[in-house]
Amino acid sequence: MAKELKPQEFIDSLNHQPPKKGWMDLPVEIKKGRYCYVANPKSLETLGFPYARKWDPLEEDWKLPENWQEILHNGFKERLKRFRSIKVFMDTCVRCGACADKCHFFLGTGDPKNMPVLRAELLRSVYRNDFTMMGKLLGKAAGARKMDAQILKEWWYYLFQCSECRRCSVFCPYGIDTAEITIFGRELLNLLGLNIDWIATPVSNCYMTGNHLGIQPHAFKDMIDFFVDDIETITGLRMEPSFNQKGADILFVTPSGDVFADPGTYTCMGYLMLFDYLKREYGLNITWSTYASEGGNFGFFTSHETMKRLNSKMYAEAKRLGVKWILGGECGHMWRVINQYMDTMNGPADFLEVPVSPITGTPFTNAASTKMVHIAEFTADLIKHGKLKLDPRRNDHLKVTFHDSCNPARGMGMFEEPRYVIQNVCKHFYEMPSSTIREQTFCCGSGSGLNAGENMELRLAGGLPRANAVKYVHEKFGVNMLACVCAIDRAALPTLMNYWVPEVNVTGLHELVANALVMPDEQERTTDLRGEPLQSAEDSE
Amino acid sequence: MEDKYKFAGIAIIVLCCFPLVCIKFLGMRYVFGVLIPYTALSIFLLGFISKVIGWSMSAVPFRIPTTCGQQESLPWIKANKIDCPFTKKGVVIRMLLEIFAFRSLFRNTKFSMDKNGPKMTFSWELWLWVFALAFHYSFLTVIIRHMRFFTDPIPLCITIVEKLDGILQIGLPGIFISGFVLLGAICFLFLRRIMIPQVRYISLAADYFPLLLIIAIVLSGMYMRYISKVDVVGIKSFTMGLVMFKPVIPDTISVMFYIHLFLVCTLLVYFPFSKLMHMGGIFLSPTRNLTCDTRQKRHINPWNYPVKVHTYEEYEDDFREKMIEAGLPVEKES
Repeated sequence: MAKELKPQEFIDSLNHQPPKKGWMDLPVEIKKGRYCYVANPKSLETLGFPYARKWDPLEEDWKLPENWQEILHNGFKERLKRFRSIKVFMDTCVRCGACADKCHFFLGTGDPKNMPVLRAELLRSVYRNDFTMMGKLLGKAAGARKMDAQILKEWWYYLFQCSECRRCSVFCPYGIDTAEITIFGRELLNLLGLNIDWIATPVSNCYMTGNHLGIQPHAFKDMIDFFVDDIETITGLRMEPSFNQKGADILFVTPSGDVFADPGTYTCMGYLMLFDYLKREYGLNITWSTYASEGGNFGFFTSHETMKRLNSKMYAEAKRLGVKWILGGECGHMWRVINQYMDTMNGPADFLEVPVSPITGTPFTNAASTKMVHIAEFTADLIKHGKLKLDPRRNDHLKVTFHDSCNPARGMGMFEEPRYVIQNVCKHFYEMPSSTIREQTFCCGSGSGLNAGENMELRLAGGLPRANAVKYVHEKFGVNMLACVCAIDRAALPTLMNYWVPEVNVTGLHELVANALVMPDEQERTTDLRGEPLQSAEDSE
Repeated sequence: MEDKYKFAGIAIIVLCCFPLVCIKFLGMRYVFGVLIPYTALSIFLLGFISKVIGWSMSAVPFRIPTTCGQQESLPWIKANKIDCPFTKKGVVIRMLLEIFAFRSLFRNTKFSMDKNGPKMTFSWELWLWVFALAFHYSFLTVIIRHMRFFTDPIPLCITIVEKLDGILQIGLPGIFISGFVLLGAICFLFLRRIMIPQVRYISLAADYFPLLLIIAIVLSGMYMRYISKVDVVGIKSFTMGLVMFKPVIPDTISVMFYIHLFLVCTLLVYFPFSKLMHMGGIFLSPTRNLTCDTRQKRHINPWNYPVKVHTYEEYEDDFREKMIEAGLPVEKES
């Protein structure tokens, strides 16, 4: 187990040379530390998913329905009609290998089936057998395999070792996107009740209570009130957030992870302070919802239908409350869903207005139809127009680097907005090497519902390329803070840093903003939001 | 793993011997000169078209481009108009770069690891891009040059390509650069497959087969041009006969020509059912050929259907008392 290995031992045990035996002849070996616990049947039942049952991946018998092969075959066939992406990606790969060393899971585990090309071949080989003439005629010589229980296990094991980060698709000469293949493959697995619990239970929670963590409305408010107390200690001001308020200007939706666990909580405090500032200075009324209290969407890691079911709450709540438009917090896959899926699935949002910043008058024309704006876009615009009073010296104790979260990077193209914000609230900012940021950014290794505890070895392995780049800037520039715009990053990266680069902490963008934000009538701050003494305060002593 | 390229190699040898035997001993010139070429070309055209139609019949439910540059957002932030194209024009440029310059492959990096650092480094790796481009463009040149056999009079553009290709003339017969570049590039691609352990691991027989097939085509062609001196005039009258649908088979054409032709026919038949269809697939790749403006313009999913949701009303019914107690506004008081 990686947790017991020292980082150097972990590195020493890494081997990228493929085994002698061909991958088709290599039976799947399900290793502890690399897989997540299977879905709780209750969660699947809540959602009305088929074949909810108790089963164990390490057992021979997965208690599959009798006609499981037929279910998969038909599911495959139906989706080839529904998704051109899958059909084209099944046919066009030439196995040039450009993707092979682009995947953080391959780089961190050395397991050849974690090369994006082979992950896809696991499905493609069955596709050839079932749907192509060549595969039917030539069988194994044409790379075709007939589906069996071993292959199904292989699918399950490796489709939950992909974080749908899309890094490979940047390099693929045909744009083959393994995320698309993983999404599709997991959708098929769900037809047989083969989900993992770290996904299924948050989805079920989100469906019933509005957020992944199953925080009920009163508790949600309590948790925010707790932050309000903390902020009062630091600034001497009492924030007055509003909940489920009809007629508010803007509805704010963010991942519930930020309400729940450090260091996301500090980002959440950052939102509260920014909104309160805007209310005091400009009379802007932003409301939180307890019903749509989840920005993240683990449905996206389950099936397209589940994604739509969870996502529907955002528009429904915006309509019920009668707000003008929606503002979205810092989250990775949430923004892939909003940017590329939401309007198509649950739109048109014709009951909302084209988003315009009420403070600067800037129209967000790029969000004219979806009517949802990213908070980094919103804040960057405020700063550009000089609408925030900022004292970046309060972040002087931090040397910051920025981790582009996969989905805002490769599913949205949001690179400059967060950088602009950081550079206006911090004086010390350093970039990681260019092959590890922006569209080439490395995943935290825990995305797409893989941030559980039981698969820690996999997470530490997958996070190695990211950590390696952080270590580089830590050693070169003394970087001690890793900023990101993703709640899974904030949950996952601290563990990763703690293992690989313990000197570096993790922060959200709006924690840095709130540190620097000079609130009207606030008391002199001596600490940042984490209670760490400010350098400026220390200097003046 | 060796058996995969051996299997492909044996297949090529069999394919070479087949016309040799059939023509030398059975005299099946009409079959190999007329029937097989017509059949192969028909299969290629129909297969190619039906594959592309098959792809385009499938829906594009979501607009899912891979964004490889800054999005269009605030007016003062410079957007990347090609790698994150906001307009159709940008998409066209992105696709042209992808198709003609292999833009994505150009980004390729190579990973190396120093375990003592410990350190992972990623360096720019251009060779695959260089040889892939060399292969495709020299192949295209060779095909264009061959059009002189199927046109009469020969169009000027073909003559120009031929002139440029033969610019390195030293003695007779003139040397065409494209053939040698093609052979060099394809040998690189083959050796790379065998020598890089990971690439070798992912390779199927279906990856070696087209490479070896094209090598065999090139070698048989070069043999005819530079070594055996085939009856070019006879071949031209034969190929023009095929074009005019009045096939004539001169006796002067050597067996090597039939081998060459048969291998080309094999490639044509193989093409639509293989990975070679990446030629058509690249045009339809949804991560490349769509605009990155999903938040501005709504994309329509043709099969979008209503789903079961947990409504606010149901939610409030579940939690009303707790909400009232916490001072949260509710729709119904009880």
